[in-house]
Amino acid sequence: MSIELRNISKRFGDFVAVDNINLHIETGELVALLGLSGSGKTTLLRIIAGLETPDTGEVLFHGEDASAVSVRDRKVGFVFQHYALFRHMTVFENVAFGLRVIPRRARPDEAAIARRVHELLKLVQLDFLADRYPSQLSGGQRQRVALARTLAVEPKVLLLDEPFGALDAKVRQELRRWLRRLHDEIKITSVFVTHDQEEALELANRIVVMNQGHIEQIGSAEEVYHHPSNAFVYNFLGNVNLFHGRIENGRVFLGDTAVELENTHAHAHPQTGKAVLYVRPHLLEIVMKPNGKQTFPATVKSINPAGPQVKVELVAEWGDMVQVEIDHERYQALHLEPGANVFLRPKEQKLFVYSI
Amino acid sequence: MGGQAQREPKRPGTADPPMVRIALITIALLFLALFLFIPVIAVFAEALAKGIGAYFAAIADPEARAAIRLTLMTAAIAVPLNVTFGIAASWAIARFDFPGKQTLLTLIDIPFSVSPVISGMLFVLLLGVRAPLGGFLAAHGIKVIFAEPGIVLATIFVTFPLAARELIPIMQAVGSEEEEAAIVLGAGGWQMFFRVTIPNVKWGLLYGLVLCNARAMGEFGAVSVVSGHIRGHTNTMPLYVEILYNDYQFAAAFAVSSLLTLLAIATLVAKRFLERRVVPAKQEQDDLAVKVAA
Repeated sequence: MSIELRNISKRFGDFVAVDNINLHIETGELVALLGLSGSGKTTLLRIIAGLETPDTGEVLFHGEDASAVSVRDRKVGFVFQHYALFRHMTVFENVAFGLRVIPRRARPDEAAIARRVHELLKLVQLDFLADRYPSQLSGGQRQRVALARTLAVEPKVLLLDEPFGALDAKVRQELRRWLRRLHDEIKITSVFVTHDQEEALELANRIVVMNQGHIEQIGSAEEVYHHPSNAFVYNFLGNVNLFHGRIENGRVFLGDTAVELENTHAHAHPQTGKAVLYVRPHLLEIVMKPNGKQTFPATVKSINPAGPQVKVELVAEWGDMVQVEIDHERYQALHLEPGANVFLRPKEQKLFVYSI
Repeated sequence: MGGQAQREPKRPGTADPPMVRIALITIALLFLALFLFIPVIAVFAEALAKGIGAYFAAIADPEARAAIRLTLMTAAIAVPLNVTFGIAASWAIARFDFPGKQTLLTLIDIPFSVSPVISGMLFVLLLGVRAPLGGFLAAHGIKVIFAEPGIVLATIFVTFPLAARELIPIMQAVGSEEEEAAIVLGAGGWQMFFRVTIPNVKWGLLYGLVLCNARAMGEFGAVSVVSGHIRGHTNTMPLYVEILYNDYQFAAAFAVSSLLTLLAIATLVAKRFLERRVVPAKQEQDDLAVKVAA
């Protein structure tokens, strides 16, 4: 089932949680709502579910206005951040709940319910825990029970609120892959909320980057990561260095150094000429000698060689802290030591410049 | 070094010296004995002073039976009403933000902060035959003050915070996520209420019910004012005990008292049992949070 959001706004008192959002989600898509806490992503998800009523705008399911459709009739599955399992029921009863509350005429008989529950518990690989209570399960197991419970009612749309937020890193990775596979199998239109860019990039077909109640960019992982539409998106998706500089006659100045960038979309503040440059740590290169106008001097402060890349922290000539990631071969070839004076060179010409 | 360790037994730095501990425990036990154990034993001793036959005769007395019946009837009306009110009020307070929420919380506590005698007087002033409302009711043949309805009303008034007070924090701690989950899964309002909301607060609910019942049966002040002390008609058990006592029928007074004492003991046992169930339920929540964080 496709979902269409038209001009959705929602405020809580003076706080604008969602500000005039338009979004179309195709049938069978897996979409991530990505943003910081307070960006309105959870509110938007709850509006889709019908748990919140928007102040303005409408939600369309399969082209039909769902505003008048109550939560229980929307055929949405909602997985809560803290799972919201019924603590006084066994795993079996939790999963069976959605089937047991069906009006008697349409309700499957006890044998059919048992069959369906065990089928779902097998799908989430937890059939052996059917008689346990939620308090006896680990976080990852609870999350999977919550999913099985949601799938029991055969929702047309699956909504997940920070589905892996409360789990530790290892379990999170595992569940992420598992959810991806599950989605490939059952092809249910799914929307999940996350503040973890890695999760969004890895899992979603499309990512909706949200900030302060509105959408900054919608696109595939490739698009939002490599072609961010603005500084916020660039800043949010991965580590960045911020350089405060200015632009004069199309040339970028950092401190007193002019860095020549063939930057076509550099635009500075019209009056002050001030600009902020965003550069990812792995897009800077450390060289020992200046190389024309494209390098600027810096001093090595500290080095962290643990991990797949060596993280080097430097101080630029004009005082900004700079983080650079280089590979181990390069690190060994350079013989870097704290205190060494080196030069930095952007690997790419299209750095992100943003006026302030 | 060894001698040092001998002289200083393994006592944590925060523990008090043995003398202090013994003194404190002795004081506590003496206090309990003086104010609780001896009186309770005295009640039963006095009740049985004239023999077991007299004890049962005192309880079987028609006036005593009428008092017991009235007390049970009052509790049977007041307790379900107040439990219903408690669920409604705690749900409204825990789930919704509405203007006047704080005021409602304060109002619920009024019966606790007002002397029961004054509560009783309020009903006399409001519903007595000289008051407009009481006069109106009397003209239509409904007698409230100095009759059973007044006793029931006064009991409801003094006991109504008990269930609500117990349920509000539990409802707030449980939160509304499970209820939302139930609705999203297709449950109707009543299905959600009986399958999710009530089971989640059931021990707190029972605890409130036990407290409410104990107070409803034992209430003296408010009921005394509105009762009129008509023997065999408007005497509850506590009022009947007082009358017997004032008539110098000590054995009979203590026999009826012993029933109230047994109720108190049963309540304490139930309370102890339920407290254990209520606290682990809250504990479970904390454990969950810890595990999730770990």
